[in-house]
Amino acid sequence: MSTPLIANPPQTQSRWRAPQLSLRFWPVFLRNLLVWRKLAIPSLLGNIAEPLMWLVAFGYGMGALVGEIKVDGQPVPYILFLASGSICMSAMQAASFEALYSAFSRMHVQKTWDGIMNAPVGLDDIVLAEMLWAAFKALFTVTAILGVMLALDISHSPKMLVAWPILLGVGITFSSMALVFNALAKGYDFFTYYFTLFLTPTMFLSGVFFPLDQLPPLVRLVADWLPLSNAVALVRPLFMDQWPRDVLHHGGVLVAYAVVSFWVALALTRKRFGQ
Amino acid sequence: MISHSSPPPLFQVQHLTKRYGDTDVVQDLSFEIAPGECLGVIGPNGAGKTTTIRMCLGLTMPDAGRITALGLHMPVDALAIKAQLGVVTQLDTLDPDFNCAENLLVYGRYFGLKDAEVKKRIPALLEFASLTSKAKAKPGELSGGMKRRLSLARALVNDPKLLLLDEPTTGLDPQARHLMWERLQLLLQQGKSILLTTHFMDEAERLCSRLLVLDHGKKIAEGKPRDLIAHYLEPDVVEVYGVGALALADSPLRAHAARVEVSGETVFFYTRDSGALLQALNAYPQLRTLHRPANLEDLFLKLTGRQIREDA
Repeated sequence: MSTPLIANPPQTQSRWRAPQLSLRFWPVFLRNLLVWRKLAIPSLLGNIAEPLMWLVAFGYGMGALVGEIKVDGQPVPYILFLASGSICMSAMQAASFEALYSAFSRMHVQKTWDGIMNAPVGLDDIVLAEMLWAAFKALFTVTAILGVMLALDISHSPKMLVAWPILLGVGITFSSMALVFNALAKGYDFFTYYFTLFLTPTMFLSGVFFPLDQLPPLVRLVADWLPLSNAVALVRPLFMDQWPRDVLHHGGVLVAYAVVSFWVALALTRKRFGQ
Repeated sequence: MISHSSPPPLFQVQHLTKRYGDTDVVQDLSFEIAPGECLGVIGPNGAGKTTTIRMCLGLTMPDAGRITALGLHMPVDALAIKAQLGVVTQLDTLDPDFNCAENLLVYGRYFGLKDAEVKKRIPALLEFASLTSKAKAKPGELSGGMKRRLSLARALVNDPKLLLLDEPTTGLDPQARHLMWERLQLLLQQGKSILLTTHFMDEAERLCSRLLVLDHGKKIAEGKPRDLIAHYLEPDVVEVYGVGALALADSPLRAHAARVEVSGETVFFYTRDSGALLQALNAYPQLRTLHRPANLEDLFLKLTGRQIREDA
């Protein structure tokens, strides 16, 4: 048996083929890390100043009015309630911002991705690197905020250590989702829709500022399936020195969002690059 | 047994075809690049040059055809092939956040090269690009020519066997262009092979051992620059312009030329007997004439026409 030598047309590959991921993503991740290292301190200040303002203004201001909030029948100081929710929100925002505006700059404006693809690095690995990079940035932001929260003595539960990897997962979920819209964007303006039409409502409907049971039943139904509300459900008990309930359910929702989004982001990015 | 009389091609493209919608961007294109050779690809805008290069890099999937490089096949072995290629694209993709030396270091990592290995090579690469004094400057601080040379140095970071250069001198001033040519000639002397697309015929003539003329995605001519000129053109061109020049196109002077073309206000006589033609032109002292040997530009215009392309 010999293989016939035919000048056959290369088979067209499906855009939905399995991701071709490899360790070649690492130099791309490293590239972003190096650029960021040059501006880490100013960018860190920018990243944590806003969430801290929310925390101080709402936590201490509103907290004085609200006093305590009941979570699963248990009274919790409002500042603790807010801190545990807003840390998830910060992870969401940091990851989304990086995977939208910054990734788009590298992909479309600077053509950094095109340059990389002339070297032996595939598009799938570049998308993976961007996804992990945005998640890392979220983790970095969140770590800084956690430090401030510890300093303010908002919580000193040792279980907050467990919240840390969960927040990395939140970063991965939201950076994967953002990359879907990055792949579709024609310009930066497009991202305003994502922020105002999706992230802002998500912020209000995920139990960051007030408990979900305040919501009308129909809205509650939607809210329960939002990725951020599932993240908050996992992280808040840890701040209260308790273990979260329904871990598989909440974790499963986050993983599902991440996996589906990353796959869609890959397919749409391949389409954008004609691959 | 394989004959060893001529080395096997380094790069081979067979029956390459690409369609976008109803447009054939590349049609049944075949060519080879021998080791140490510089193959030039010339053609008007939209002729399919960049699409061909993108297919050679596995960035665009051909509808049909076969690309073999260094004994490997595109697109299956795309990454293994690219590990041995150097690429300079039409638009610079330099990293604006890094200085020149960092640009080289970071790019070397994409090839899986160790930092120490790349760092050792950086001084020589910067020297080659005449950028030693700019090692700490970011691309934003560089001139157009410097940026292009940094792109070329970056393409050499993996010590490639073959360079794919898409219009490497477009937009450069004559000094910068000549420096780029010197560098490319140096690379050819070192035994590297080059695939070069260009709009500059003097560049093609100077650098390329062989030329491929593309139009509408098809190969319309292939050969050594001098052979192509000799094959398609008369040896001499006399350009005549000035008041009343256009009338000459239909005058008895025509008999002295094998071919006459009119473009704008200028009449082009393509001739094998320039002496007789020039003598006859002495009768028209008010006209300005330019006598020169036929060149690649004449060939290019003859093969692809003088009209501006709609997408140009």
